[in-house]
Amino acid sequence: MTSNGEWLEIDGERVVQGLQAAREALASAHSDVVLDFSAVRRIDPNALRTMEKLAGLADGKAVKVVLRGVNVDIYKVLKLVKLTSRFSFLA
Amino acid sequence: MAEIVASLSEERIAYLEGLVSQARTAAAIFTQYTQEDVDRIVKPMVLAGLEQAQYLARLAIEETRLGVVEDKALKNMVATEFVYNYVKDKRTVGTIREFPERGVVEVAEPIGVIFSLTPITNPTSTVLFKCIMAIKTRNAVIFSPHPSAGHCCYEAVRIMHEAAVKHGAPEGVFTCLESQTLQDNAYLMRHKDVGLIDATGGPGMVKAAYSSGKPALGVGPGNTPVYLEKTADLNMAVVDIITSKTFDNGTICASEQTVVIDDEIYDSVLQKFSDLGAHICNEKETELLGRTVIDPKTGYMQPLAVGQKATDIARMVGLSVKPNTKLLIAPIQGVGREYPLSVEKLFPVLAVYRAKSVNEALTVCVDVNHAGGIGHTAVVFSRNDEIIQKFSELMNAGRIIVNSPGSIGALGGVYNDMVPTFSFGCGTGGGNSTTDNVNVYNYLNIKRVARRTQAHMWFRVPNQIYFNMNAVENLRQFPSRSTVIITNPAMEQIGHVDTVRRHIPPETLVHVSVIPDAEPEVKVVMQGVEALNFYKADQIIALGGGSVIDAAKIMKLKYESPEADLEELAAPFLDLRKRVVQYPTEKVTKARLIAISTTSGTGSEVTPFAVLTNKQQGRKVTLADYSLSPDVAIVDPQFVMSMPKGLTADTGVDCLTHALEAGVSIFASPYTDSNAMQAIRMVFKFLPIAYEHPQDEEARTMMHNAACIAAIAFSNASVGVNHALAHAFGARFGVAHGRANALMLPHVIAFNAGVPTKFMPSPNQRGYIAHKKYAMVADLLGLGGKTIEEKVKNLEAATERLLDRLAIPRSIAELGISKEEFERAMPELVKIAFDDPSWRSNPRMPLLSELAELFWSAYRGRSLPTVAKASQPQTAEEWSCV
Repeated sequence: MTSNGEWLEIDGERVVQGLQAAREALASAHSDVVLDFSAVRRIDPNALRTMEKLAGLADGKAVKVVLRGVNVDIYKVLKLVKLTSRFSFLA
Repeated sequence: MAEIVASLSEERIAYLEGLVSQARTAAAIFTQYTQEDVDRIVKPMVLAGLEQAQYLARLAIEETRLGVVEDKALKNMVATEFVYNYVKDKRTVGTIREFPERGVVEVAEPIGVIFSLTPITNPTSTVLFKCIMAIKTRNAVIFSPHPSAGHCCYEAVRIMHEAAVKHGAPEGVFTCLESQTLQDNAYLMRHKDVGLIDATGGPGMVKAAYSSGKPALGVGPGNTPVYLEKTADLNMAVVDIITSKTFDNGTICASEQTVVIDDEIYDSVLQKFSDLGAHICNEKETELLGRTVIDPKTGYMQPLAVGQKATDIARMVGLSVKPNTKLLIAPIQGVGREYPLSVEKLFPVLAVYRAKSVNEALTVCVDVNHAGGIGHTAVVFSRNDEIIQKFSELMNAGRIIVNSPGSIGALGGVYNDMVPTFSFGCGTGGGNSTTDNVNVYNYLNIKRVARRTQAHMWFRVPNQIYFNMNAVENLRQFPSRSTVIITNPAMEQIGHVDTVRRHIPPETLVHVSVIPDAEPEVKVVMQGVEALNFYKADQIIALGGGSVIDAAKIMKLKYESPEADLEELAAPFLDLRKRVVQYPTEKVTKARLIAISTTSGTGSEVTPFAVLTNKQQGRKVTLADYSLSPDVAIVDPQFVMSMPKGLTADTGVDCLTHALEAGVSIFASPYTDSNAMQAIRMVFKFLPIAYEHPQDEEARTMMHNAACIAAIAFSNASVGVNHALAHAFGARFGVAHGRANALMLPHVIAFNAGVPTKFMPSPNQRGYIAHKKYAMVADLLGLGGKTIEEKVKNLEAATERLLDRLAIPRSIAELGISKEEFERAMPELVKIAFDDPSWRSNPRMPLLSELAELFWSAYRGRSLPTVAKASQPQTAEEWSCV
């Protein structure tokens, strides 16, 4: 399922830029987009806002955004703002 | 909520939702922060607040026209510096407290979004205080300032937000409503993403917060009574009261409202007030003042007076006072609506009351406390600790301030070591959820992480046990002036009493007290106690079966502690160490109890139990306490050589039941297991021999020892559901205890070996192990079987074979009890069995329906199950349960 999709690694130091790149990739994507969060330790409000937009865009295109390697602290942040249901998660 | 939404425009709702969304995001982001991250942010915020203390004070005064700029600046400094001093080393992230000896750790969980209302009286200091608390606890706050203090609060929020974000806090962590309405507040109070309302404000707002259905910290109104008692340091007291009541023109709700002064010092105290710049109102001025500053319609203070200077209030009222007057003092003669000045006055007007006695003074303080100030603050000036204690007990106040100013004292950290705060919890009396000085811990969900602990266990046995043939000779070594032998008629007839007497030292005065051979009644026990008192016994020898020994235990208890209430001592308990009713430790007299058992079953000679029958009430009670255990046990088989076959069988099976139940008990330990297992082995080997060859001395000796050893096991591990069933059934149908146990035993083994419908809480065991323990017994007995199930089956079969060999009936039906009669008795049997404490140490918790099923199984009776043939070596896993 996800192996055919586009795969982007998010730089832990430049999370917002990485997510913006993902938005651009999503704009032209026809299948799932996998974002590798393995290098991300923490997210800030800007990153969170960008992720919300990303989720909205994916909903509009009916494609899935798959988050890989999300640490549990970030997962809890997404849970608190009710974003987990809008992404898929890969261990 | 629908009504509230309807009252707001779409734009306004979007604005409010934006604030919540921003705060929610910030709070979520904040959860990733460590303690170090948080502490790095707090310090610069505090410094920013200190830097801007005077600026914010000026803004507050300009906007609210309340208070004193110097005092407001001081408040801002307390709200930052003092609060920082309190919180700086506090852990508020991750593990915040550890209790290693209890295995408990407290872990902090932020609340998330806090909706915070701030007052007009302390606007900026409250904001500064709450911002520091919120950052320290990783929460986001939406502020809703009092409408007349919006601008200064907005500035305070801005300063805090800038400092926080600059040092790493998530953006949007603080926001402030602009030009809010009651509808805005109502909307936010009910918003699903708001976790807590922190309402510091007027009673209406606090009530609204509590009515919203959200968790809320609300601060109630105050009406601080002060008792100025005659032993007080009057100079200090007067200065403290003036300092406090004039601080920020009396706007702190903890400030003094009515000072109740002892008659003896009243005049001098008023003189001191006057000397230091207070104006003492005469009767007419007091009346005028009351009419002007208190609204006669509502009975509450006039808002126009709040936070105004004494001279301005005097002008407002039309009083002529000196230009430097600090305080207006109004003598009142009572508390209530007819004395308007007895209520809260957030301005420098102080009521005083002359009390003719301590009782009158305290009574008036109670009245003031209850005239709108319940739960808030009370002040006492005294050097008399008893007065201070009495005052503290009488006042319903979250803060009782002693020999210091009320307002600054209640804030904490200046005059005392209370937690610094700008939010006073007033407890249930004030309609609040806490009496705390609201602090960082009120801004946290505190999670208790409780690790499994292993309860301390015990293994207690009587001091001395003498066993084997002629062990009774050991009586010689116990000197006694006066000995009473408690026994039954049979023991006299067959000469056992004489045997015992022969071994008692000759100088001892011996009296024999013969009691009926039945479970002891209260009447019999009390007759025995009379005998003990009459002969001033220093030694009691119980010679007989369980009933006699039980009777002697209770006689000893009542003899040594006449006040002991047997009914109360029989109160139910779950854990011996935590029982509510304690056995007496103070003893009027002292007697040694020597128990000589004449049956091989109950083991009463070593147990801490005694059963007492109350015929009048038609019930039995079980007394249990290690103080009941005999001091000396003599296990001499010569006293059981003549036991009839039936009694040998019944008591022997009772002993086996004790050992099996102790073995699988949730209180079993390696100490009790060693005794239980040994007893089981001895019973299986020697009971049939003792039954079939009563004169076999070795078999009798081993069975007598087995009974004692099994009793040692169950004295420490207790018994189980078998006993609960047998007690109920035996009592209802008059069946001997051992036989009743025997009828239940195979069914109980099968029951406990199955997967429980309901597990029994058992902190000392890792998993369910009853079936493994039975399998272990099967291995000990060499019964064979490959699997645990097979071994259990083989144990059941071996038990049934033993019972058959002892000619125990196979079913209750065989006793001649009709099915109809048994069915009629069933509800009562189940009820009594469930009430019986015995099953509380059973590994499997019996449901009521399961108790009924066990009774019916016993009624239908047993049939021999198939025996697994193969005998396999025990595996390590099977043994690991021990």
